[in-house]
Amino acid sequence: MTNEISKFQDPGLPEHVHRKTDIDPKAADRAERQVAILFVLSAIFTVVAIYSYIFIPDDRFFFLPIMGDTNAHQLLLGIGMAFALLFIGLGLVHWAKMLMPDTEVIAERHEFRSPDEDRADFVSTVKVQAGAAGLGRRSLIKRTLGLALGISALTPLVMLRDLGPLPKKELEKTSWKTGTRLVTDPGDRPIRPEDLEVGAVAQVLPELAEGQERTLADIGKDAVLLIRLRPTEFQLDAQRLSWTHDGIIAFSKICSHMGCAVALYEQQTKHLLCPCHQSTFDVTRAAKVIFGPAARPLPQLAIMVDKDGYLVAQQPFTESVGPSYWERSS
Amino acid sequence: MKKSERIAGNVAGYVDDRTGAAKWLRKNLTKVFPDHWSFMLGEIVLYSFIILLLSGTFLTFWFDPSQRDVIYQGSYEPLKNIEMSASYASTLHISFDVRGGLLMRQIHHWAALIFMAGMIAHLMRVFFTGAFRKPREANWLIGVGLVTLGIVEGFLGYSLPDDLLSGTGIRIAEAIIQALPVVGSYLAFFAFGGAFPGHVFIPRIFTVHVLLLPGIFLALITIHLMLVWYQKHTQYPGPGRTEKNVVGYPLMPIYMAKAGGFFFIVFGVTALLGAVASINPIWLYGPYNPGQISAGSQPDFYMGWLDGLVRMAPPIETHAFGHTISWNILIPGLIIPGILFTLMALYPFIESWMTGDKNEHHLLDRPRNNPNRTAIGAMSLAFILVILINGGNDIIATHFALTINQIMWFTRIGVIVIPPITFVITKRICLSLQRADREKVLHGRETGRLVMLPHGEFIEVHEELTPAQKFTLTQHEQNRALEVPASDANGVLNPQGLKGKLRARFSQAHVEQIPAPTESEAKALEGGHH
Amino acid sequence: MNSGIKKLSRYRRHRFARPALLVVALISMGATFQVASALPSTTRMETTAQSTLIEEGKRIFAQGCSSCHGLNAEGSGIAPSLIGVGAASVDFQVGTGRMPMADMSQQAMRKTPIYNAEQTAALAAYVASLAPGPDAINEAQLTFERDGNTAEGGELFRTNCAMCHNFAGQGGALTQGKYAPTLMGVDAKHIYEAMITGPQSMPVFSDKTITPEEKLSIIKWIKAAEKEPNLGGASLGRVGPVTEGLLVWTFGLGLLIGIAVWLTVKAK
Repeated sequence: MTNEISKFQDPGLPEHVHRKTDIDPKAADRAERQVAILFVLSAIFTVVAIYSYIFIPDDRFFFLPIMGDTNAHQLLLGIGMAFALLFIGLGLVHWAKMLMPDTEVIAERHEFRSPDEDRADFVSTVKVQAGAAGLGRRSLIKRTLGLALGISALTPLVMLRDLGPLPKKELEKTSWKTGTRLVTDPGDRPIRPEDLEVGAVAQVLPELAEGQERTLADIGKDAVLLIRLRPTEFQLDAQRLSWTHDGIIAFSKICSHMGCAVALYEQQTKHLLCPCHQSTFDVTRAAKVIFGPAARPLPQLAIMVDKDGYLVAQQPFTESVGPSYWERSS
Repeated sequence: MKKSERIAGNVAGYVDDRTGAAKWLRKNLTKVFPDHWSFMLGEIVLYSFIILLLSGTFLTFWFDPSQRDVIYQGSYEPLKNIEMSASYASTLHISFDVRGGLLMRQIHHWAALIFMAGMIAHLMRVFFTGAFRKPREANWLIGVGLVTLGIVEGFLGYSLPDDLLSGTGIRIAEAIIQALPVVGSYLAFFAFGGAFPGHVFIPRIFTVHVLLLPGIFLALITIHLMLVWYQKHTQYPGPGRTEKNVVGYPLMPIYMAKAGGFFFIVFGVTALLGAVASINPIWLYGPYNPGQISAGSQPDFYMGWLDGLVRMAPPIETHAFGHTISWNILIPGLIIPGILFTLMALYPFIESWMTGDKNEHHLLDRPRNNPNRTAIGAMSLAFILVILINGGNDIIATHFALTINQIMWFTRIGVIVIPPITFVITKRICLSLQRADREKVLHGRETGRLVMLPHGEFIEVHEELTPAQKFTLTQHEQNRALEVPASDANGVLNPQGLKGKLRARFSQAHVEQIPAPTESEAKALEGGHH
Repeated sequence: MNSGIKKLSRYRRHRFARPALLVVALISMGATFQVASALPSTTRMETTAQSTLIEEGKRIFAQGCSSCHGLNAEGSGIAPSLIGVGAASVDFQVGTGRMPMADMSQQAMRKTPIYNAEQTAALAAYVASLAPGPDAINEAQLTFERDGNTAEGGELFRTNCAMCHNFAGQGGALTQGKYAPTLMGVDAKHIYEAMITGPQSMPVFSDKTITPEEKLSIIKWIKAAEKEPNLGGASLGRVGPVTEGLLVWTFGLGLLIGIAVWLTVKAK
């Protein structure tokens, strides 16, 4: 006795149970009325929506629990539209469920596989037609066609070339030059060291020359964060220490991981945190990465004071700012 | 004949005279669809796609996809006279100076979230019930393609307004492109027309967002539905339901009314969300500026898992021969998602290879009856959930008094430990459920009623299942593991090699199950009682 | 003349108003008795009032603060020195209830202040007397309604504040469980004092890099954000896409699946 035979038998589709609406005409009438009411409600809500659109000014607010001060125009327009649609849907479904025939129907499936002779027919047709076209014999045509088709896709690809310029050395460059003043962002005011107390930060950008404009692409590479600590708090090598001025240290604000603005400075721990992926940098140790996915410290901008007493860059950044890329050398 | 009937007849005649479609139409109007709530998930996706097309078209009437600088002069006071891109300004215009514009924007965004959530729920339903098996592998592939494109389309959509949050998202996308070995910086410069953010990216992705991707969606969805139509829908096992039939309701009129009604319901729920709940309040974010950032910058949920993965990545970069490879970006940003989506796309073929099952399947599995697959699904979900949690770790930290460092370490370890544990537990649960089914079939359902026997013993009354219930619980196939021949006809040892062994091992894991009780077993038990 | 009265009337609710009035009363009393030699005597009176305030502050400090900050506010292993932090810092820390701390947690939390306005002023006067530091902000300086510019304040806020306090001032996470608190419902005075003193994790924003007018603009923007009604419906906490995703999976998809179940259940 095999397993198959002793399996529990399929008792077949259960007998159809009549709904109340099938046997009781009163129930059917009631269902019809319910559907009609749903449709009427929908129409009423459409009127609410249109009324709100035309007559409720969009600067009127009222207080609702949980939602707080709510815009009457937006809320009633939306509610009107939402319930107008919902009630049409509910009405249709209720109609289908209560009044349309609910006897389950059985449809047979047919095997997708064609009969063997049809398949054989198909294969031989392909063979005959391909043979007639000489596909099997004329391999030169096949190969050259393959070549032509394959290579023709290159033209549209090549034509995408003018989407943008070549990167060249663009990713390495910023607007910082020797002697470029640090100015506040926003405000564009130059900064003196004595303007910053210990524990202070300032968001800075390079000063613009006369008539120059600053683009977002510039900000995306030039943005710098200025932080003042006690000079004794630094744990820097001699070179990096010489890049600071009297406890003031400057870092690129563009994250070395994925380019978000790293400006979240904790005064007590002297840590900088990037809110995008939570890389944490230690300011006292030249922005060394102490947590998170960033693999490199933030580039440090060497600063000094010019003859007028304003903070300026000693030199351009010595490495590319922002996220890594293939051509980056360190 | 009534007048309306006559008119209908005339119209039908007119169409048939010119197309000969009467026979085809008659057949298809009575097409049978099985009824189950989980079969509506795909419809939610289809309908939210239509809502997206409608609401999106409305938005394009005012949206200006341009990164040209403008000074905002609209009615939202806190941004007056601020310099911003035209796309941000026009989004503000839609929100505050077009009546119903904000509602439509919110409907569009909520519909996008429902679209993605619905796709994921639909995908889970198809996976856990085995609906992807032969002959539906192609539709599974199309589905995986749609999910992938949906993520891209959603990302482009929330990038368009050019606010501080979306600009941050684009910044991160640019960093991923830039991290590609060899071609990265070139591709980035081509895509952005120069250094980030440039002035051309938003107009470009606008075309992709409103034309190219919706076109591909429309084509793929059409094929997806035509295949469902042609191959007929799968159905859950039960009395009267076999591999050879489909039991349900005819398209006309029931399914038309229900499906049509459900479209209005999905639209209504989306509009309700748009009316009562604020989404993406771009006016609060401010215009994009690469020097600014907000605490708690996250993408929408369908990208959140990716962000969580990037957050937990180890800080590894290789610097050699004057070149840099950012593993901390490539591994979480491209390699792991690439592997995940490839495995997901290939799963039907992998499963069929593991089980050696080449048969057509139209009856769905109850998830418990395929413990291995269910456990694989649960494991994958656990993986995604763990990294999704890390994607919101800053919000979770502030709301539950935790630290981002704790959550980061919990998820870094959890992403390796939790999925295998989930696999084992899920498999155990499935087998226990199978055992419970077996108990129920053989000994009846526990009623919770206690009865005292004449000699004072208490027993619980067990109620015997109906034949229909017994059938439903025992109809599933009992799989047999593949066997690897130890040696082939020529005496060569282990002819299939390591691959064969691996396959046999997988196959064994796959068929692990509690034998379904048979009628003869039940009879034998009954005999014992009397 | 008229504007002088107006100016004066703006001071009338200030917490120094009552002590000041007292001083004025004493002065006028003294003036009636010693018309000729009034000047030297009033100076003495003022200094007396000030030193009384400092004395009072010192007494409160010894009771409530010295166990951590040291008897002379010189600091200890668990709490920083308060010499040179200025009255602004005391006014912020004590006025927002952060100090005295209830427990030694990671970060002092905002809570109902323990000391009233007079006691806070006394403490501030005492700490300010130890070494010079930023002065507490008085209401007269908070002219943000008149001098601030909301839109500019928004620009400044997004560049200088949003990275910690979030785009809408709702607060955000810092490292190791510290956090930037929400700015909703914080007195303008305390926001200003926080910017110039840099309490706890927060850095200092100097008057030269963010001018007093700019600080007023920032405050005006924060107050506008606080008052801004929910233009698009329930705000969901103004914390970005996390709550939006949560809502779509629970309410959105949940409701739709509920309806789908109703839709497919056979009618009775």
